Amino acid sequence: MAGAIWAITESGDDGLKSISFEVIACGQALAEALGSSLEAVVMAADGSAAAEALGAKRVDAVRVIEDAALAPYTPDAYTAALAQAIEADSPSLVLFPHTYQARDWVPRLAAEVDAGFISDVIAHRVDGDETVFVRQPYQGKLNSDCVFAGDGPNIVSLQLGAYLADDAAAGDGSAEIVKQPVDLDGAASRTEVLETFQEVADRVDLSRADVIVAVGRGIGKQEQIPIVEELSEALGAQLAASRPVCDNEWLPMDRQIGSSGQTVTPKLYVAVGISGAIQHLVGMKNSGTIVAINKDPNAPVFSVSSYGIVGDLFEIVPELTNQIREAKGTG
Amino acid sequence: MKIAVCIKQVPEGDARLVIDADGISIADADLATEINESDQYALESGLRLAESQGGEVVVVCLGPDRAEEAIRRALAMGAGRAIHLNDPAFQGGDAAATARALAAAIERENVDLVLTGLQSDDAGWAQTGPILAARLGWPSATLIMEIEPEGDTIKVKRELEAGWFQWVRLPLPALLTIQSGISTVRYATLKGIMGAKKKEIAKVTPADIGLAPDEVGGAGRKTRTTRLYVPEKTTGAEIIEGDTATAVATLVEKLQKEAKVL
Ligand SMILES: Cc1cc2nc3c(=O)[nH]c(=O)nc-3n(C[C@H](O)[C@H](O)[C@H](O)COP(=O)(O)OP(=O)(O)OC[C@H]3O[C@@H](n4cnc5c(N)ncnc54)[C@H](O)[C@@H]3O)c2cc1C
Ligand SMILES: Nc1ncnc2c1ncn2[C@@H]1O[C@H](COP(=O)(O)O)[C@@H](O)[C@H]1O
Repeated sequence: MAGAIWAITESGDDGLKSISFEVIACGQALAEALGSSLEAVVMAADGSAAAEALGAKRVDAVRVIEDAALAPYTPDAYTAALAQAIEADSPSLVLFPHTYQARDWVPRLAAEVDAGFISDVIAHRVDGDETVFVRQPYQGKLNSDCVFAGDGPNIVSLQLGAYLADDAAAGDGSAEIVKQPVDLDGAASRTEVLETFQEVADRVDLSRADVIVAVGRGIGKQEQIPIVEELSEALGAQLAASRPVCDNEWLPMDRQIGSSGQTVTPKLYVAVGISGAIQHLVGMKNSGTIVAINKDPNAPVFSVSSYGIVGDLFEIVPELTNQIREAKGTG
Repeated sequence: MKIAVCIKQVPEGDARLVIDADGISIADADLATEINESDQYALESGLRLAESQGGEVVVVCLGPDRAEEAIRRALAMGAGRAIHLNDPAFQGGDAAATARALAAAIERENVDLVLTGLQSDDAGWAQTGPILAARLGWPSATLIMEIEPEGDTIKVKRELEAGWFQWVRLPLPALLTIQSGISTVRYATLKGIMGAKKKEIAKVTPADIGLAPDEVGGAGRKTRTTRLYVPEKTTGAEIIEGDTATAVATLVEKLQKEAKVL
C-alpha cells in the first residue's frame, strides 16, 4: 500500500491556524480518492491542544512532533525535524499551507529529502492513476496542470483559501495521537530569532472604512494619484493601494491591502488598475460590493468583482467621479 | 563582501501572453521581457551592500540567449560581471532543477552572500532561493525587508503576514530572498549602459559546472507541467458595456439601486 498522506498544520500565538483545516480538507479529499490513510501533523514545543483539535477531525492519526527546539520557529529546526519523520515513515504525499512560514522552510525540506514540490496549489483532480495539481502561474493570469515526475516523497503546498476549512469533516474520535520522537540536538538552528513586532505607529485603520477606493500599478506614476484621490473624495471613501504603489512610495505603506497589508471588508471596494494577484485578493475579496476598473478583460480581479468596466482608467475614473458627485448632489 | 544575485528574465507585467504550440509554455515571438520584479530589488540590495561594505556583485542567470538582455541591464545598473547558464539542457526545469544548476555555478565563486527574489512572476514557485541555500548547505531567510551587515553575521528583517515583522541573525555565508519594496531600485545611467558593454558575461554549460545534462532542466526536474491554459471563468463580475459615459451611468445606477451602496 502506498504511504500515508500527511497534512502539516501550522500554529500561531492563538493556537492552531484555521488554514490548518484547509489542509485537512484537501487531505481528506485526496485520501478518499487515492485510498490512502490521512495523518494530521503537529510541529510544536507543546502540541497537545492542537493534537486534540485535530483528533476531532476525520483523520486516521495525529502525529505530534514535539521538541523544545521547535519554538520559536526556525527553518533549520523545522526542516531537520520533518526530514527525520519523513525518512522514518515514508509518507507518499505531504501537504502544507502556502503560508509565509512554509515559503521559508518547505523548499529546504524538499531539497533535504529530495522531494518534488508543487507549490501554491489551488485545486487537484485524480485522473486514473495520475494526481494532477492546478497552479496559477503568471501572477494568476494563467492556470497550469502539474504532476510529479517521481514516486515521492512528494510535497504540495495549498494556496490560502483554495480549500474550505469548513469542509474538514469531523471524525468519530478514533484518531490515534502518536508522538513522533525526533532528535534535534545535532541540528542546532543557525538562525537566531531576535524580535517579532508589528509596525503600528500612526497606522491608518482601513478595516473600519465603509467605502474604499484602491489604486494599483495601472495608475502609472505618482503624479496621477490625484485622479483616484478625487474619486475617493467624491465617494467619501478611504484611499488604499496594492503593494507596488506602496513599494514605489506613491502612497504610504499603511495604505496597502493584502496578505502583507491590511484585510478589509467595506460595503464598497473600487479596484482601479489592480490586476488582482492572490496576495491582494486575500485582503479584500470579502468586501460587500466590489467594482473593478481595468483595461485587461482577463485581469483576475474581475473574478471576485460584482461589477466591472473594461477600459482605460484615465477615461473612466474622472467620468465616474463626476457622475458620483452628481448622484450625491455635490456636483 | 562578494555577493551573487540571481536574476530571472520574465515576461513584462503587461505583456500579452500567448500560449506556445507545445501547450506548456509562453510563445517567445515578440514577447516583451524584464528582470523579475523582486530580483530587481535583490540586485539593488546587492549593489548597496557592495557599495557600503566594499566588494563585488556577480549576477547569475539561467535562461536562453534572449536572457542576455536582462543580464546587460543588471550590468548597466552596476553589477561587476555575470554568469549566464545558457544551454538547451538547462531549459524546462522546475525550481529543483534550476536551483541545482544555480548552486553548482555559485559554489565555484566563493561568495559571502547570495540574494534572490522571493518569487518569480512567471513560474511563481517561491522555492528556488531556499532550495539553493539547502544545496549550498547555508542558512537562509526569506521575504527580507532590511539588511544590516555585522561582519561575520548578518541581521535581517523578515516580513511576516498581516503587517508583522521579525529580526533574525544569520552567520555568513547565507542566502536571502528579497521582498519587493525593500528599497528604491535605481535606473541604469547612460554611462552604466555604455560600461556594461565591456563587462564579462561568462556563458556556462552543465559540464562547465560539473553537472550531467540529465541532472538539470527538463531531465532533472521532479515535477512536470502538463498544460498551461486560460482559466475558465466560473464566477465573476457583471461586465458593464458601452461607451464611457453610458457604462459609468449604468454602474452608478446599479450601485444605487441594485447594490444599494451609494
Ligand atoms: C509574499 C508576497 C506578498 C505580497 N503581498 C501583497 C499585498 O499585501 N498586497 C498587494 O497588493 N500585493 C502583494 N503582493 C504582490 C502581488 O503579488 C502583486 O504583484 C501585486 O498585487 C500587483 O499589484 P497591481 O495589481 O497594482 O499591479 P499589476 O499586477 O502590475 O497590475 C496592474 C493592472 O493595471 C491595469 N492597467 C494598466 N494600465 C491601465 C489603464 N490605463 N487603465 C486601466 N487599467 C490599467 C493592468 O491591466 C493590470 O491589470 C505580494 C506578493 C508576494 C509574493
Ligand atoms: N532561471 C533563473 N535564473 C536565475 N535566477 C532564478 C531563476 N529562476 C528563479 N530564480 C531566482 O529564484 C527566485 C524565486 O523563483 P521561483 O522559485 O521560480 O519563484 C527568483 O526571484 C530568482 O531570484
